[in-house]
Amino acid sequence: MTAGITPVSDTAAERIRADFPILATRTKSGKPLVYLDSAATSQKPRSVIETISGYYEGYNANIHRGVYDIAERATDAFEGARARVASFFNAAESAEIIFTRNATEALNLVAYSWGLANLRAGDAILLTRLEHHSNIVPWQLLAAKMGAELRFLELDGQGRVVLDDLDAKLRGVRLVASAHVSNTLGTIVPIEQIIAAAHRAGAVVVIDGAQAAPHLAVDVRALDVDFYAASGHKMLGPTGIGTLYAKRALLEAIPPFLAGGDMIRRVSYEQTTFNELPWKFEAGTSDIAGAIGLGAAVDYLQDLGMAWVRAHEVALTAYALERLNAAPHVRLYGPERAEERGGVISFTMGDIHPHDIASILDGEGVCIRAGHHCTMPLHERLGLAATARASFYVYNTYADVDALIEALEKAARIFKL
Amino acid sequence: MDELFYREYILEHYRKPHNYGRFEHPDLAYEDDNPLCGDRIRVELKVDDGRIADVRFEGKGCAISQASASMLTDVVKGMTLEETLRLGKDDVLENLGAESISAARIKCATLGLKVLKEAAVGGMPQAWPDEEGQAS
Ligand SMILES: Cc1ncc(COP(=O)(O)O)c(C=O)c1O
Repeated sequence: MTAGITPVSDTAAERIRADFPILATRTKSGKPLVYLDSAATSQKPRSVIETISGYYEGYNANIHRGVYDIAERATDAFEGARARVASFFNAAESAEIIFTRNATEALNLVAYSWGLANLRAGDAILLTRLEHHSNIVPWQLLAAKMGAELRFLELDGQGRVVLDDLDAKLRGVRLVASAHVSNTLGTIVPIEQIIAAAHRAGAVVVIDGAQAAPHLAVDVRALDVDFYAASGHKMLGPTGIGTLYAKRALLEAIPPFLAGGDMIRRVSYEQTTFNELPWKFEAGTSDIAGAIGLGAAVDYLQDLGMAWVRAHEVALTAYALERLNAAPHVRLYGPERAEERGGVISFTMGDIHPHDIASILDGEGVCIRAGHHCTMPLHERLGLAATARASFYVYNTYADVDALIEALEKAARIFKL
Repeated sequence: MDELFYREYILEHYRKPHNYGRFEHPDLAYEDDNPLCGDRIRVELKVDDGRIADVRFEGKGCAISQASASMLTDVVKGMTLEETLRLGKDDVLENLGAESISAARIKCATLGLKVLKEAAVGGMPQAWPDEEGQAS
């Protein structure tokens, strides 16, 4: 192990890996599974899988309406999961957590419910240049509809968001939407400064936390953020469940997103009064199993401790950066220091197209992502059609990084670099 | 995927593609991309009496898409436009010397063929539908 890198305890890693059944499987090529695509979706620990089957096998019922025992148990488990998610984000109360399908739906909820009610022609929305399509397209649609303008904070040569002209760019801005961590460059965006400046300028802030919530301790009250979106499937939970944190005052002031059952208090043929928070924003039957599963995922993360999760990731990322920097023909994108980035590393290698890299790595059991990672405008700015991306999570080890490097060496041999 | 798939001649076509470039005055031309991975290919044809007299292609993307397009340009010289429409996935795989290819990569392998067919259809009085009833 190289000096300056905190070693991750092998016993801790082995204990964690034993909790993830998929990591014991082998790939089609007969190799052990080296999963380096957690930024796309994380693997799930047994506790999450069993919590979900436990609901379906033991107390499956619809929530908020049944008077019988299993319906009450389902409601308690669902609302209990909400309370755990609220505590995970340090929200003031459970009612400030809305369950959605994913981060994308959470961002769209803000665009429709807050945006249509608050934006006016001539207003501006401020984004950064590193956003995921999910945090660009809803604002493009909203801006077109309302006659608003989109602005962008620029990036420096290491893919860090430039804040020098933040105050100038905030003039006339009603809403700021920024990622907390970039899914392509790994950049950790200094959202504390952005939020404070935006509030001074009278703007509301929505943060896309899809890549941050799984990896960093997020304290929505310390951040004083207005809206914070996350996806359950990237943080050890199942697909189909996401969360939106929002300040109570904002949620009370804005109209509902989707309409139907559950979100109402009283309906006549002529009019409707809406339910209380958070149910005003949860129309129809929710992903009950998904929410309960997410509760178990949050428990798992809190047992590890988010400080440990982050330390583990910084150590792995530092090691990976060092080895990739030493690998011939590899070019890295994003901040140089592991402390300034999440566990996401995008790279290119000689003239090998990222898809070819990923195919060759697949033959070695190493799963990485190749393409534009839903950040086409960012790739265009980097002058690239595609990159290869490796990303880490709690179950990854130094050995996984070594497997990545070995597989890349093989790709270099095949392509005679 | 089998690493043998990245055979020497595939890499040769990738690095030194055949019939690469453009005509000053092509009779037919078509260009398309695969937005998922950014692979892009342009095919230009010189046509003489319904036959492909000469062909050029240009593109960027992975080794599979570019090598496959390069090989295809060798194969289609002298074919009638109608004949190119009968080429399919199996012909592409045969060119590449592969028995099969993962679902994720088949779009790369067949992009050149898709573009070629679109170019060919542009020079025909009526489109010649394949089994799926489409011109590509
Ligand atoms: C930064 C970022 N934002 C938003 C999303 C969208 O997440 P989801 O597809 O779960 O809605 C992703 C997922 O790739 C992401 O990485």
